[in-house]
Amino acid sequence: MLFKYLFAKNEDIPAGSATIFFGFSSILWFIVGTGLGSFNAAKLAFPDFVTGVEMFAFGHMRQVHVLAVILGWISMAFAMTMMYMTPALGNTKLWSEKLGLWTAFLWNVGLGTGLTLLWCGITSGREYSDLIWPVDLVVIFGVLLPLGINVWMTIAQRRTQGIYITNWFFGACIFMLITTFLVGNSPELFNLTGLTEAYLTFWFAHNVLGLWITPVAAGIAYYVLPKLTGNPLYSHRIGHLHFWSIIAFYSTPASHHLLSAPLPEWLKSFASVEGVLILIPAVAFVANILLTMKGRWSMFVENVETKFTITGVLLAIPLNMQGGFQQTRAINWYIHGTGWIVAHAHLALLGMSSFLEVAAVYFGLQQMMRRKLYSLALANVHYWFFIIGFCTYWISMTIAGLIQGAGKIYEVPYIDVVIAEHPYMIARWVGGTMVFTGNMIWLYNMYMTAREGTLVPKGRYAHELAYER
Amino acid sequence: MAFQNYRWGTAGIGGMFGLSMTITLFFPSFDFRSAESTWVGLDKSMSNGRTIGFSYEDPTVTGQGKPLTVILNKDPKTGATIDPPVRAYVYRPGTPFASPLNHPDNLGPTVKRLSIDKGKIDQAVKAQGAVFTINHADVNGEEWAYAENASVTRGWTVDAALSTAGDANTKYVGRGKSIYIHEGCWWCHTLLPEHTQDWQVFGTPPYLGDFNGEMPTAFGSDRKAPDILHVASRNSSREWMMMHFFNPRLVQPNSIMPRFDYLWGRVDVNGNPIDFSTWRKEYTAYRKGERPYPPEVPEYARNAEIRALIDWVLTSLK
Repeated sequence: MLFKYLFAKNEDIPAGSATIFFGFSSILWFIVGTGLGSFNAAKLAFPDFVTGVEMFAFGHMRQVHVLAVILGWISMAFAMTMMYMTPALGNTKLWSEKLGLWTAFLWNVGLGTGLTLLWCGITSGREYSDLIWPVDLVVIFGVLLPLGINVWMTIAQRRTQGIYITNWFFGACIFMLITTFLVGNSPELFNLTGLTEAYLTFWFAHNVLGLWITPVAAGIAYYVLPKLTGNPLYSHRIGHLHFWSIIAFYSTPASHHLLSAPLPEWLKSFASVEGVLILIPAVAFVANILLTMKGRWSMFVENVETKFTITGVLLAIPLNMQGGFQQTRAINWYIHGTGWIVAHAHLALLGMSSFLEVAAVYFGLQQMMRRKLYSLALANVHYWFFIIGFCTYWISMTIAGLIQGAGKIYEVPYIDVVIAEHPYMIARWVGGTMVFTGNMIWLYNMYMTAREGTLVPKGRYAHELAYER
Repeated sequence: MAFQNYRWGTAGIGGMFGLSMTITLFFPSFDFRSAESTWVGLDKSMSNGRTIGFSYEDPTVTGQGKPLTVILNKDPKTGATIDPPVRAYVYRPGTPFASPLNHPDNLGPTVKRLSIDKGKIDQAVKAQGAVFTINHADVNGEEWAYAENASVTRGWTVDAALSTAGDANTKYVGRGKSIYIHEGCWWCHTLLPEHTQDWQVFGTPPYLGDFNGEMPTAFGSDRKAPDILHVASRNSSREWMMMHFFNPRLVQPNSIMPRFDYLWGRVDVNGNPIDFSTWRKEYTAYRKGERPYPPEVPEYARNAEIRALIDWVLTSLK
């Protein structure tokens, strides 16, 4: 196991150890997160399913699902990709493999502790920043800062002239995430109260999504797709348009989450306008990736990593069309607080972002273990469970949200909305359970890859070899 | 090899991110600081105590170290009748003060001045405890609510205020809000009616000064259930709340709310153990049509968590 390297000398640790540690951790957290999601969804469809037990109450588990997915699955998959992409793009080694292993170890321990406390109801009571402040400090100084140092030092020690767009995203997003964590948790650290606290809660929530989860996922796609297809990125310049417009526009619209709270009106208007401008990076990203596929579209069918990546990029189109416009006052009044938003959040995290990371974890684990994927058939089963489960979830929650929005504006008694939503709650549970099942198949496939996958010869890529099964 | 340092690039990231932080954090801070606390804001912050959620005084988020809200219809010192009754916030010795009592800047400039000049809140000492209340003053023809340290201005002591109110008029509001956070009620219920037709069903949206000193505000974002900011104005029945918390399907057959019967604890008001398994068997029989009535909901004990939660709902969510 990899634990033996925690106390080894840095130069004795084989390259890729941190990648593998992070990779398998992220898959496990994905299973935990989607499993909890499926369990929670069952409770929304059938409220007397496991009832009257404090530890299995919906209110104790909902936040554990959210943070297991964001900080466990997505963020660890990001760290995993950083551990192999950053050195590869700088034509160098990771600055410290040992630091990477310790980051992964502490991340699992810290997140496990924080989520256990959350599950027991020990919370700060602030959405997305629910972790109590001692755990926040562990996350900032024990996890994010060491990860950042590793990535920044690897970029600084690169042996290439330029910095590829993926590394721009990695370096900048870790910096912005650390800042977001420090500022967003300041209400707990300094007991800031009232509207300041409410605003900073959603300032954190917005920036964690906008400056970490979506842009880093996009940065990953900029690496994975040219590697897989052999085509160079269509335009590095359009990539930079994407990068700089994310920094300029996506860091400002936090208050569009609180349009009905008594925040300053100028701030809400400013946020709404800036929020529409996210269409600039969105269009730049989608166009750049799809044009990179020129001449290699057969890989969308033949190669499972490409299939995941392109699906994620295609899901970015409805994601950004919704995201850009649903936060304007003209639309937000109808859908705010409804299942539409839940569907949109899952489109961002489970749809666009997760598909890109799944591809990168498939690709990176094969590269770093030097093993060809155990079974293409199982990977395809994973893909179809994932996409069908996700679409079931997304479509049913969107319909439920529209029903809820209509109920809201036509002053329908709330219980009638609950009754009308019931079939969609069952569909949501079925969809979520399919994603969960697919992920367990994935874990089995990756475990068998580590044990029995065909060895990849030096100088070759795993996807260049033929499948033996 | 001397590679490009990308000094302009890194400075550009810092500069652009700094500019957006200036616009979205520094500029609004002036608006937030000038917000004047309303009566609602004073009431919420003083009954919640220093903070809800994880803190030194309450590491398990079960409502330790919180003040008590009492409803007084007699003056605790003189015994004179108070009509209409007033709310007072009793901080027993050692209970940490609410944020605006420690940092009056959080009240907004005018309310801060009134609360110090007339309300003497700066003279309260945590180690001795204090009783606070809300008073009103006229400033340039406008009525302003301000926080008053009744221990100094009216000579109300902690013990006198508690004994005058009695158990029936003592409300565990701060503890109840802690349980609201602890149990995650806010994942489905919001505390923020929207600026749409919402206000006709769920009541008015909150005003600017309604949050001064409150932490966390817990607006909620995902509304799977009705907004409850003004729920006590729609339904003030303690018995209905009891049945609804014990098993929401007793009063609303199509509700998807979880049962919160575990908040009753082990014993009822008479100290007898609550037999949950028998209750559930009888309830199942009722749902199947084998019994004409559901079983009785047990009366909760005086210090049960559910008492605090209902106190908070009925006192704070008007």
